[in-house]
Amino acid sequence: MEIQRKVKYEEELDRTFSEVIKTMSGDNELDHCIQCGTCSSSCPMSVYMDYPPRKIIALVKNGFKDEALRSFTIWLCPSCYTCQVRCPAKIKITDVMYALKRLAIQEKVYPSRFSIPVLDREMSKMIAKNGRNSELWVVLKLYLKSRKPLGLLKMAPMGLKLMKTGRMSLKKESIKDKKQLRTLLKALKEEA
Amino acid sequence: MSGYVYYPGCSLKGNAKHYEESILPVFKEIDLPLEELEDWNCCGATAYFSVDDRMAAAICGRNLSLAEKMQKDIIAPCAGCFLTLKKSNKFLAGGSEKARKILGALDKAGCSYGGKVDVKHPLQVLVQEDILERIKARVTRPLAGLKVACYYGCQLVRPFTDFDDPDYPMTLDRLMAAIGAEPVDYSAKTRCCGGSLTGTIEEVGLRLNYILLKEAKKKGADVIATICPLCQFNLEILQDKMVKKYKDDITIPILYFSQLLGLGLGLSKNTLGFSRSIIDLKPMWGKIENGGRR
Ligand code: SF4
Ligand code: SF4
Repeated sequence: MEIQRKVKYEEELDRTFSEVIKTMSGDNELDHCIQCGTCSSSCPMSVYMDYPPRKIIALVKNGFKDEALRSFTIWLCPSCYTCQVRCPAKIKITDVMYALKRLAIQEKVYPSRFSIPVLDREMSKMIAKNGRNSELWVVLKLYLKSRKPLGLLKMAPMGLKLMKTGRMSLKKESIKDKKQLRTLLKALKEEA
Repeated sequence: MSGYVYYPGCSLKGNAKHYEESILPVFKEIDLPLEELEDWNCCGATAYFSVDDRMAAAICGRNLSLAEKMQKDIIAPCAGCFLTLKKSNKFLAGGSEKARKILGALDKAGCSYGGKVDVKHPLQVLVQEDILERIKARVTRPLAGLKVACYYGCQLVRPFTDFDDPDYPMTLDRLMAAIGAEPVDYSAKTRCCGGSLTGTIEEVGLRLNYILLKEAKKKGADVIATICPLCQFNLEILQDKMVKKYKDDITIPILYFSQLLGLGLGLSKNTLGFSRSIIDLKPMWGKIENGGRR
């Protein structure tokens, strides 16, 4: 068995990382974390996570950028805010998860066929274009883009149930004033 | 602001039609008729905050600006929309450099926002003391004998709630009791349903929802009352899969709280969207019409 070093040496860490995430997650006082573990024990998803929330905060605080950005954790977090309302140090943990997701998408360091970022991206694109999202079309795109067309077949019984109860619409929803939306998003880019 | 304007969001026009079909008649019945926000856009949900938080706040800003022009506060029945709009509203009012730039972009696009709008969930409005009294006075079909598990989920009570407790809220329980139903002590009431995980990582989504249904069954509930389209969908749509996978009959109707409320207020059963339930409602009707446990 090959012996592997599990801990990084100081020069291998990214010391700017915690500042970046602090700012991206809305002036978050990560340094106040006392590693109490309240977040991990409150988190309904922690049993599935590679790094539970307490560890994510520690990774971010100490500059383990790669580990945090490539973690499974951030894509498993559905933003339930349980950790955040319970944290005794008032750290906005859910907002840290969001910031990590954004950075991982920007830096393209997530498994490319992993469907959660694909869903987030496809929905955002649809909203930017039409102002509204159409449930059926988002689902179709999700399966095509994440190259899991077979998944669609598995979804068919679900679709049928929705169709029968009149809860599935084939219509592509859109707002009237798309021009205003475009102007808004353009102005936002210029302000950046 | 005086009065409310209704922000449906994408779900209430899609798979959650029956939420709209029940919440609007209920508000009309208690003399608070709601009109829809003209040309509203999607709130962006959790997706946009994962991709681009500035755009997320900006598109919410457009909705807030539309409501401000009408001088009304927003009522958002979808808990996801409620939180997203509230979060963006707070952020835009925060005075940060980032917020100022987004407000500037809203200006340029002709949808300036002055920060005057409040965002509310219908539950929050319905449990205000005077309105709850009004409801009690107008109950014509008390749901006696119906045991309800009140499920709040995450986004309504966390992290910004100012009207109830983030861990063990009681407002929906009180509302259900006001129409004669019997709320059970549902300890999973704020446990997460997994949001879109049911669609992306099904094995995780299944387990999360199984826990929620199992707990309601254990407490003897006849129905789960929800306040959010995503929760309603998740709890309902995969029940047959769970029955197979866990070899456990956790079948239970998942309704919107407004459907039960409409029923209690005596509105016609046929107009409250009950036909959209995927789960058979017959056992539940039996409980109500008999006026008690069998
Ligand atoms: S609950 Fe807060 S203080 Fe405790 S470990 Fe988690 S982030 Fe740190
Ligand atoms: S917000 Fe995310 S990390 Fe926090 S408790 Fe919920 S699932 Fe866990």
